[in-house]
Amino acid sequence: MSTAPEHERASHPPAHARPKAGVSVIGIIGELLIAAGVLLGLFVVWQLFYTDVQGDREQAEIVESLEWAQEPAADIDLESIELIPDDMKVTDRDPDTAPTPAFTETFATMMVPRWGEDYVKPISEGVTRPDVLDPLGIGHYPESAMPGFAGNFALAAHRTTYGKPFNQVDVLEVGDSLIVQTEDIWAVYSVTSWEIVQPEEYDVVAPTPRQPEAGVTGRFMTLTTCHPLYSAAERWIVYSELDYWAPTGHGVPAELVEAPQ
Amino acid sequence: MISSWIWSHLPGPALVKVLILLVVLAGLVLVLFEWVFPWVSESLPIQDPTIAEES
Repeated sequence: MSTAPEHERASHPPAHARPKAGVSVIGIIGELLIAAGVLLGLFVVWQLFYTDVQGDREQAEIVESLEWAQEPAADIDLESIELIPDDMKVTDRDPDTAPTPAFTETFATMMVPRWGEDYVKPISEGVTRPDVLDPLGIGHYPESAMPGFAGNFALAAHRTTYGKPFNQVDVLEVGDSLIVQTEDIWAVYSVTSWEIVQPEEYDVVAPTPRQPEAGVTGRFMTLTTCHPLYSAAERWIVYSELDYWAPTGHGVPAELVEAPQ
Repeated sequence: MISSWIWSHLPGPALVKVLILLVVLAGLVLVLFEWVFPWVSESLPIQDPTIAEES
């Protein structure tokens, strides 16, 4: 006995042209899984690659838009450049005027010879990710001191992604210069030590790092960034102390054009 | 299947279909890169370089 009458079989197209219902559900699930995989892959490309492209471009534009900002050492003509004379260097008092940046305002730049002679990154007020660290680069802890002033000039920046300003934090050596420029002053700090801490060890940005009870005892700068790479389980902290500050307009710090040892 | 359904509902010859798909995909990637992914990334706590008191 045949299972279907002859006329019914003839009215349908051949069986292989019409997918069975079960197969097509699996096929659609498969297609959705492929789409999800592509989406996750795109997210990784965006996070690890595109945010750097975008961050580098935007942060370079910010530095260029600051009229007072010194061009990177790579573009300095060593023959004609003037170096800050020793009698302009100040170590024992605060600068005359402190920048009073509004939240997200860029008020300084940072140059680190160890990180390359073309390294210049903007420093902006605040350390929240969506407003400062992702789009603007380096952020300044609002409650911390200003560059050159007594206290702790504390900064945060990404170590990976978003232009990764502090990517090379692990190659810094004791004595390396960290050079900060504002509209009014140059401030030259040198690295004293570093350590890896837990994210909630807030006393690293205290006026005297690690000694919150000590109050203001010197002129420090602290850098905080992610550790390990591509993670935020811990923080890499770099401590530095002011060598000197000097008013702008009298040349550039010698440390800027000297190759690090 | 979704892909064959989309393919059969796009107008024009195969070349036009391919061009339409490329434009739509490029637009989709743009929307993802500029708005969706930044928003997702901010809600993931895996990129925070700051020090903060325990809240």
